[in-house]
Amino acid sequence: MSINTANLDNEKPVIQLEKVRRCYTMGDETIYALRDVDLEIKTNEYAAIMGPSGSGKSTLMNMLGCLDTPDDGSYWLNGKLVSTMNDRELAHARNQEIGFVFQTFHLLARMTAVHNVEVPLIYAGMRKKERLRRAHAALEMVGLKDRMSHRPSEMSGGQRQRVAIARALVNEPSIILADEPTGNLDSATGKDLMKIFDRLHASGNTIILVTHEADVAAHAKRHIQLGDGAIVKDVKVAGNT
Amino acid sequence: MLFSETLLIALRSIRANPFRASLTILGIVIGVAAVITMVALGNGAQRAIDEQMEALGGDILSISSGNRWSHGVARNELSLTTDDAKALDRDTQHIAEVVPEISGRYQFKFGNRNLNLDTIGTSPNFADVHRFTIAQGRMFTEGDNASRRRVVVVGSEIPNSLETTAANLIGRSAAIRGIDFEIIGVMEEKGSPGWGNPDNDIWIPLNTAQFRVAGDDKINSISARVAENSTVELAMVDIERVLRREHRILPGKDNDFSIYDRKTYLSARQGATEVFTYLLGGIAAVSLVVGGIGIMNIMLVTVTERTREIGIRKALGATRFNILAQFLIESMVLCVIGGALGLALGAGTSMLLAKFAGWQTVVSSSSVVTAFSFSALIGVFFGIWPAQRAARLNPIDALRHD
Repeated sequence: MSINTANLDNEKPVIQLEKVRRCYTMGDETIYALRDVDLEIKTNEYAAIMGPSGSGKSTLMNMLGCLDTPDDGSYWLNGKLVSTMNDRELAHARNQEIGFVFQTFHLLARMTAVHNVEVPLIYAGMRKKERLRRAHAALEMVGLKDRMSHRPSEMSGGQRQRVAIARALVNEPSIILADEPTGNLDSATGKDLMKIFDRLHASGNTIILVTHEADVAAHAKRHIQLGDGAIVKDVKVAGNT
Repeated sequence: MLFSETLLIALRSIRANPFRASLTILGIVIGVAAVITMVALGNGAQRAIDEQMEALGGDILSISSGNRWSHGVARNELSLTTDDAKALDRDTQHIAEVVPEISGRYQFKFGNRNLNLDTIGTSPNFADVHRFTIAQGRMFTEGDNASRRRVVVVGSEIPNSLETTAANLIGRSAAIRGIDFEIIGVMEEKGSPGWGNPDNDIWIPLNTAQFRVAGDDKINSISARVAENSTVELAMVDIERVLRREHRILPGKDNDFSIYDRKTYLSARQGATEVFTYLLGGIAAVSLVVGGIGIMNIMLVTVTERTREIGIRKALGATRFNILAQFLIESMVLCVIGGALGLALGAGTSMLLAKFAGWQTVVSSSSVVTAFSFSALIGVFFGIWPAQRAARLNPIDALRHD
């Protein structure tokens, strides 16, 4: 019985999209960025969302990251319906459930690495002592133990992206979303970085990458191919990391 | 999210642009300093009038020999006599005390020093009615008056003018218009009520003045204190009735004296000062508002500059309220710093004005509190719109902003 429950928990989707639609109006024209997308992602999955530009990757990513809400359809995040959330609830979801890694890092330029990693914890209302402890631990995990009090301008691209990863995982989110995480890095640095994602996945995190690079996607265990606002291919691939 | 965190973020962002922040703050500094100084000046003027009112004591009417119009020409002759004073004392119901005053400017000789002083012959109740207190020695008595004793009480400035001390003067003799007097008292400092300086006057008994110094029964003025349970208006009617009878003025003819209510005059001046204070304060407030617009301008620039930061913060879990609070607190911090500096500058200016220009200024705690909270309020008022713009930014658009 207990084993059964555990199995069920494991099978419970972190993300569930049902007929999600998102459109933009440009002049008189209506552009469908997402057309009736159904998607389910379970705990500890490692998925790569791929597709040409304009296929709806970014829109889907913003949707999953609670930065955007669907025009139609439903989105459950950890069993909670996101599509009807208000600003406060969305902010809370972004803070607690999502860890973002952006292509252009998006670090706060005036702050040190530790302070950058601390930011999500500030909005979570955590006390300073606990915040610093967690930020230090997260930076250590991405191998930046000796760069804690450096500002972004004093760090290399790879180091900056590691700070961003530390920031994404510091609040122990349900999913880590990475939008072209290696897009601004040279290939060697990119490879090193992908190892961190592999490690995070191995330690039980759910990871969704957006990429158009095949060798980045190769790290993932599931490939979701988007085309013209709809999922055209969704395959599980053998782990070859 | 903790308030202290928001405050820290605000302080950090102000520190990132120190020159810009100081210029913005300067607008508020000047505004607050102007308000503080102007209100301090107004309050000072009002305080001066209040002190004059206080110094006057109760309701006191001054009766003076008015201009008598004769064939279109004003002839300033003394129409009041000591008998008038006696009649007023005797025949009125609404007057508690009558103080006749004979005044003249006479030579005052003490040792080898000569002064020209306003010498006032009056009754012993003068000090009481006009709220003078004796610092040294004593006031002259009814007995001194009745026996026309040659005694004199001098104003608080006189020892200074004679380069001696008050204690040193008591019991010494001085000559007024060549007549020997004994100095029996020195008054406490009184301060000017807005005209003349009573601290430079000297006082002698009325009868002494009338019979030994001036030589006639004409008196310059009579002060009358209105009875406790009566009113200024009734007292004036009373005085007019008695004096017209004494002077045998026919019905329809003009008075040959005038009754003057100092308190009414001061109240009118008080009203004018109040208007003046509001006017000055209002003009200063305009400069504070201009400073506030400067704050708004800079906050709008800041929000635009930091659009991407706002996007990042939102992506990491900041609510609209968090962002609103961050920018609102930033503008309030600017204003409060400006308010504090403006306060210091305004108080300093007021002190300098008091010291070097001799204007009385009063930096009241209420004006301090008002200016301070007003500047914080300006921070909110002019900060709320930029802060709202920041809070309402769509996180996706904000993240894409460069």
